[in-house]
Amino acid sequence: MGAAHPTLRLEQVVKRYATGDLALDKVDLQVPAGQVMALIGPSGAGKSTLIRCVNRLVEPSSGRIFLGDTELSALSRRELRRARRRMGMIFQEFALVERLTVMENVLSGYLGHVGFWRSYFRRFPRAAVAQAFATLERVGLSEHVDKRADALSGGQRQRVGIARALQQNPQILLVDEPTASLDPKTSRQILRLICEICTERNLAAIINIHDVQLAQLFVQRVVGLRAGRVVFDGSPDELDAAVLTRIYGEEDWTAAPRRRGGREEDEDTLDVDEERLAGMT
Amino acid sequence: MSTTPLPLYWRPPPLIANARLRWCLIGGAGVYLVLAFASLEVNWQRVLEGLPRAVRLVAAFFPPDFTSRQADIIEGMIESLTMTVTSTVAGVLISVPIGIGAARNVAPLPVYLACRGIIAVSRSFQEIIIAIVLVALVGFGPLAGFLTLSFATIGFLSKLLAEDIEDIDPSPAEAVRATGASWLQWLNYGIQPQVMPRLIGLGLYRLDINFRESAVIGIVGAGGIGATLNTAIDRYEFDSAAAILVLIIVIVMAAEYISSWIRGRVQ
Repeated sequence: MGAAHPTLRLEQVVKRYATGDLALDKVDLQVPAGQVMALIGPSGAGKSTLIRCVNRLVEPSSGRIFLGDTELSALSRRELRRARRRMGMIFQEFALVERLTVMENVLSGYLGHVGFWRSYFRRFPRAAVAQAFATLERVGLSEHVDKRADALSGGQRQRVGIARALQQNPQILLVDEPTASLDPKTSRQILRLICEICTERNLAAIINIHDVQLAQLFVQRVVGLRAGRVVFDGSPDELDAAVLTRIYGEEDWTAAPRRRGGREEDEDTLDVDEERLAGMT
Repeated sequence: MSTTPLPLYWRPPPLIANARLRWCLIGGAGVYLVLAFASLEVNWQRVLEGLPRAVRLVAAFFPPDFTSRQADIIEGMIESLTMTVTSTVAGVLISVPIGIGAARNVAPLPVYLACRGIIAVSRSFQEIIIAIVLVALVGFGPLAGFLTLSFATIGFLSKLLAEDIEDIDPSPAEAVRATGASWLQWLNYGIQPQVMPRLIGLGLYRLDINFRESAVIGIVGAGGIGATLNTAIDRYEFDSAAAILVLIIVIVMAAEYISSWIRGRVQ
């Protein structure tokens, strides 16, 4: 593995929806193992489409996608099912099955490895159960194993979402707006947790995210998507007003964070803004 | 500040924008209703003559007589309850796969059309019509009733289950699919937990309906308490008929109470 042999490789990926909307326009992208990449861009730029094309929840119209040596875009249904086990996905609204317990939600990450009747009677192999307990401990939910998912707070639910993805023993995490439904403090904790885990396990990750400042704190690489094209690919430090304008369009990028003096206060102002936005969604 | 004063009054826009069309529709509906009621030809003479007869009929129901036909009533009740429970269980078992097949977000188009077809056929006939046909096919008695109620349950339950499946939150189902789950596992983990409380509620509600229907279809020969009730009325034994009606009311109310308690527990 490493940069010479990327975990994920997209070649000239195009997605045109049946409505005629061009969501992805010849995207080339490589993500090496252990790298956490933030994918930013305005709503409708194709971020969600891009990560869903990787595990083919959305079928790409053309182009090729590789995970390691496997060409995902060429797999049959059965092969795809096997390949999906290697790709963990984390969602904005957590996408937990609310009436199932935390443990059932986590073990659902193992469904690709067991037959129907075993999963129906919840008789998972001991190794899988042991792993689930270990993962729940890692994300800090050991106390809540038998609680129903709808009894948890937002941050706790997202931790279950993370544990479910990890239960797959994935090579890559596909993360869709993990913090959009969370308050600013929980957002930071969740994003930090995802990045730590990727480092621990040498996992590649693509994180779709709207909050640019938050992404800058944690990720090693940022890719900007606009109207289905990659318009920026670089380190978080390179994100300046000119780059943001290229990705999102014209806006007074220097104004918001520097309204008042010190650095600490800046962050508070940001948090307030974010909370207001979170309330609206 | 703007130069023109801001409006002080606001009304919501009317449902039908065209004023002439709107008033034509309202006026037309009014004229139709007046003419329709006028065409009913209520014969007040006959209504007046009927009133004392109605009083006498109602009086004949009292006091309800539970004893003189006790054996018949007990037999009819047991038959009805058996019919109700067996037909509900059979109906639910058949409805679940048909309901899954009739949900557009789960089933492929040919399966969807076939299952929707079955539901349409089952729903287009009222229970009494089905019962008349089935009594002709399999003869008088509770077997006809069982078949009728099972058939009617399929139309009711499959349709409502299919609609509930179509209304699920798609994101947990998508998440389960993304883990590499098979189609059956996806149903079991992504869909079933979302629709289970409603399925239980609908099943209990149908049990309730099937009991009431079992009393009705008995009148056309499909066995059960309806047959007993019909016999009592044919013999002018209105006090025994009243006893049967009281028992039906009590059982329906008990079923209602128990099912709402259970539904409250399974959310």
